[in-house]
Amino acid sequence: MRGIEAVIGLEVHAQLKTKTKMFCGCPNSFGQELNTFTCPVCLGLPGALPVLNAKAVELAVRLGLALNCRVHERSLFARKNYFYPDLPKGYQITQYDSPLCTGGYLDVEAGGETRRIGIRRIHLEEDAGRSLHDEACKRTRIDFNRSGVPLVEIVTEPDISSPEEASAFLKELRSILLHLRVSEGTMEEGTFRCDANVSVRMPGDSTLGVRTELKNMNSFKNVRRALAYEISRQASLLASSRPVVQETLLWSASARRTVPMRSKEESHDYRYFPEPDLPPLLVDRMLIDRVRASMPELPSERRRRFMRQYGLSDYDASQVIATPELADYFEECCSLVDAPTDIAHWITTELVRVMGESGDTPLTTRVRPSMLTALVSLVKAGRLSGLMAKEVLGRMSKTGEDPAAAMEDLGVEQMGDEDEIRAAVRGVIDAHPDEARRYREGKTQLAGFFVGEVMKVTSGRADPKLAIRIVREILDS
Amino acid sequence: MLDKARRFRTEDLSPVDELERLLERCRASDLNAYITLNGDEALDAAEQALQRLDEGDDDPLVGLAIAVKDNICTKGLRTTCASRMLADYVPPYDAHVIRLLRRKNAVIIGKTNMDEFAMGSTTVTSAFGPARNPWDPMRTPGGSSGGSAAAVAAGLCDAALGSDTGGSIRQPASFCGITGLKPTYGSVSRYGLVAFASSLDQIGPMARSARDVAVLFDAIRGHDPRDSTSAEAGCPPIPLEGMDLRGITIGVCRSFFSEGLDRDVERSVRHGLAVFEDLGAKVVDMDLPHLRYSVAAYYLIAPAEASSNLARYDGVRYGLRLCDERDLMEMYLATRSAGFGDEVKRRIMLGTYALSAGYYEAYYHKASQVRTLIAKDLREAFSRCDLLAGPTVPVTAFGLGEMVDDPLSLYLLDIYTIPANLAGIPALSMPCGFDGRGLPIGLQLMAPGHREDVLLGAAMTFQDHTRYHEVRP
Amino acid sequence: MRITEQEVLHVAHLARLSIGGEEAARFRRELGSILEYMDMLSEVDTSGVEPFVCVHEQASATRDDEPAETLPLRLVLAQSPAAGHGAFEVPLVIEEG
Repeated sequence: MRGIEAVIGLEVHAQLKTKTKMFCGCPNSFGQELNTFTCPVCLGLPGALPVLNAKAVELAVRLGLALNCRVHERSLFARKNYFYPDLPKGYQITQYDSPLCTGGYLDVEAGGETRRIGIRRIHLEEDAGRSLHDEACKRTRIDFNRSGVPLVEIVTEPDISSPEEASAFLKELRSILLHLRVSEGTMEEGTFRCDANVSVRMPGDSTLGVRTELKNMNSFKNVRRALAYEISRQASLLASSRPVVQETLLWSASARRTVPMRSKEESHDYRYFPEPDLPPLLVDRMLIDRVRASMPELPSERRRRFMRQYGLSDYDASQVIATPELADYFEECCSLVDAPTDIAHWITTELVRVMGESGDTPLTTRVRPSMLTALVSLVKAGRLSGLMAKEVLGRMSKTGEDPAAAMEDLGVEQMGDEDEIRAAVRGVIDAHPDEARRYREGKTQLAGFFVGEVMKVTSGRADPKLAIRIVREILDS
Repeated sequence: MLDKARRFRTEDLSPVDELERLLERCRASDLNAYITLNGDEALDAAEQALQRLDEGDDDPLVGLAIAVKDNICTKGLRTTCASRMLADYVPPYDAHVIRLLRRKNAVIIGKTNMDEFAMGSTTVTSAFGPARNPWDPMRTPGGSSGGSAAAVAAGLCDAALGSDTGGSIRQPASFCGITGLKPTYGSVSRYGLVAFASSLDQIGPMARSARDVAVLFDAIRGHDPRDSTSAEAGCPPIPLEGMDLRGITIGVCRSFFSEGLDRDVERSVRHGLAVFEDLGAKVVDMDLPHLRYSVAAYYLIAPAEASSNLARYDGVRYGLRLCDERDLMEMYLATRSAGFGDEVKRRIMLGTYALSAGYYEAYYHKASQVRTLIAKDLREAFSRCDLLAGPTVPVTAFGLGEMVDDPLSLYLLDIYTIPANLAGIPALSMPCGFDGRGLPIGLQLMAPGHREDVLLGAAMTFQDHTRYHEVRP
Repeated sequence: MRITEQEVLHVAHLARLSIGGEEAARFRRELGSILEYMDMLSEVDTSGVEPFVCVHEQASATRDDEPAETLPLRLVLAQSPAAGHGAFEVPLVIEEG
């Protein structure tokens, strides 16, 4: 199977971050009581008509420009007709042969090299409702809160050659969606969904093989696994001269294999035609120019700037730009205290941890940037050990106190007094005569052991830098 | 209608008494013009109108009884589209036009009978039984707004709203001897009009005279942000007096006087044209070469849109549902097969076929291109004339049982009315004579987009000099 | 005939209509003669003609991203032939796959 080429194209659906739905004023929001965010339009009641959300158009234009697409000043909506209980009108409003954006690309880094993946098109469409299956009652319940939520569909050219590349593309695309504030883009919650077209061929073959469509890959890990599985399945068919059947396959995460979708004979006859309830979508040059002018910094640009401006490593910079909010938080900290690497370190490890515990984001956490920088400054000044600072941060996150107040509450103040530490060091050396002997015989790395013991007896309050100096002083003398 | 509006103010005529009298007549009528009468709520509205009159409200519509075609949504009042599918459907919201009428304190007297989902030209396809023509109860009032036309002609309301997709206001207006306007596409909001063919549907007024029609049109027209196809520009102010027809050129499409045109209809329409000439208009013959393809183009485009618009009747959220015990497919098939009548099924199938893989190019796409050419023909014609005139329908009202087994022949009768829908221009039908059996004959006028002022002005002048619109069954 | 009985049945299924044998024959006859009439369209030279899109093309047919009133749940479910647990119920849909 070695040497066989995979040809992969991706179709990504991302929910747009608007306040309201695509064609009505119902809130675009989740976790609410079933069917409470609905109206005649998104329920498909007789006589109701769609009116396009201007913000959805603007967000799609922003994405199109970021992905180097041509944004068309005139595009058309179409109806895709099929019956499904959670599709209230019996058709989905989408764009078909005249989409909003075409012909772009995205550069991604995979396996140490940069690959350019073509973007065939980006179009606007509406989401369907949700079906909740109750096997016990033999009923399916339909919730239309999601019905009419705005989506963009991003279709790549078949330029992707490996599961790793596909995963890198998706991660970069998701990061762009986040940084452009176009979408929340969480795969697990279904606001960022991905299907793939896969075929294989012998190297040097210019024609494409028969492709299959892969659905139901609801995490980056599943995308990689499903693609790898499907490529090897097709490769072994090819190796044994058996044909690949053009079909739609579902990834079963539990079985770790792809399974054919129950075939519906007419499933591909969607009878697309121009949506007569919506005139052509006209996007004038001025809007495109305005969106271009107000384009937020792309994540790749921001990462490079962070490396240049703040001296961050590639790794730290990537971590800090995980979300635009985290990157904003970092920059706010940097404007307060000139210690970017320390700040980056504290943000990407400790702050992310306490936010995870409290379920907060950089916008909602009680640890405001000024409080985090105060903490980092205390550590740098030697008034707090790293260990204590972590504890203090935990307290700050819970109570919203500044570091000083949190330290007082916890009764921690670094022991900065040399005599006090010296007394503690002497006590520890007296308590461990064997180790003291071995240190003096040359096992100087035992200094760390003594410092650890000092920290224990002082409940972590001793300044470790001071403690190690005094340990050495006493044992070396 | 305007006469009554005046008497509400000058004599002691009360809208409450008038409504009660009308409701009484409606209940006694055998015409089956209404599917649902709006009893108590209408009386409340009439009481309110009385109060408004006392306060000196000078809007002509205050207290007048308006009949509404049953495909226009009325909050809390059942809206059936004359279909089994929606036999018990009560909308939770008012159509835009209903809001406007209520705001003006007009009284919604009831919901009128129609062809199922507005698909037909006889009101025979109604699941609530056919409506009858007040001039001869054994004949059709036309359709699909047959109930509205019959109600106006028989004096069961002061005026009515209909909808027109391929002639559904003008053809019954012609058969029942009243005046009906299909406005410019986009001049009246479609929000709350149950869709048949979205690119063609338009709500319009039906009444005895062009003057009444003008008043009602003025009340319901205007931009509505909830209908994306609603036009921002409207027509100039609507005149309430006739216009000077001298200097006006009326074009007559030669092909409208060809085979299939009833001789009495031809005679009356030619006479109507002569009236216009007497009033100073210049009448010229014209050729519009693509109009003969109107029926073919229309009966692909309208069913295609309908097949999609009617997909929402799946038994899930409202309306009829059958066989929902075991299997979803079984539920879909049973519900839709029992909920729709034959004509609706025929059009859904025709439209589905025209859009399906392998046929889209030859049928739907081709028809859309021909539609462009038909619109162009009309645009060019209006560079040489102000109005186009001709018969509304090739025949007069036929028997209730006739033509039911011959869908194509029925479709062909729409040949004169369809072009205005395809091009989105306004058109009106008004009485211009009677055939040998005493059945009314309609004359159709068409105008360029947003020139309802000219259309209605010319019709008022015509009616100022003729009496056809005053003859009652 | 422009349309076969097979096609009539296929189209009926696409449209979720169940058509019996006799009905299928009748629809075939009726649709056949209608489609035959449509053949006249092939006389028209439409090369280079754009399909009709809409009557008014205007730039402003959008709305601002501002929330509007939702329908009270009571009214949402009022017309439902089968509602339960705050939702519309249908026979269990067997997920594809």
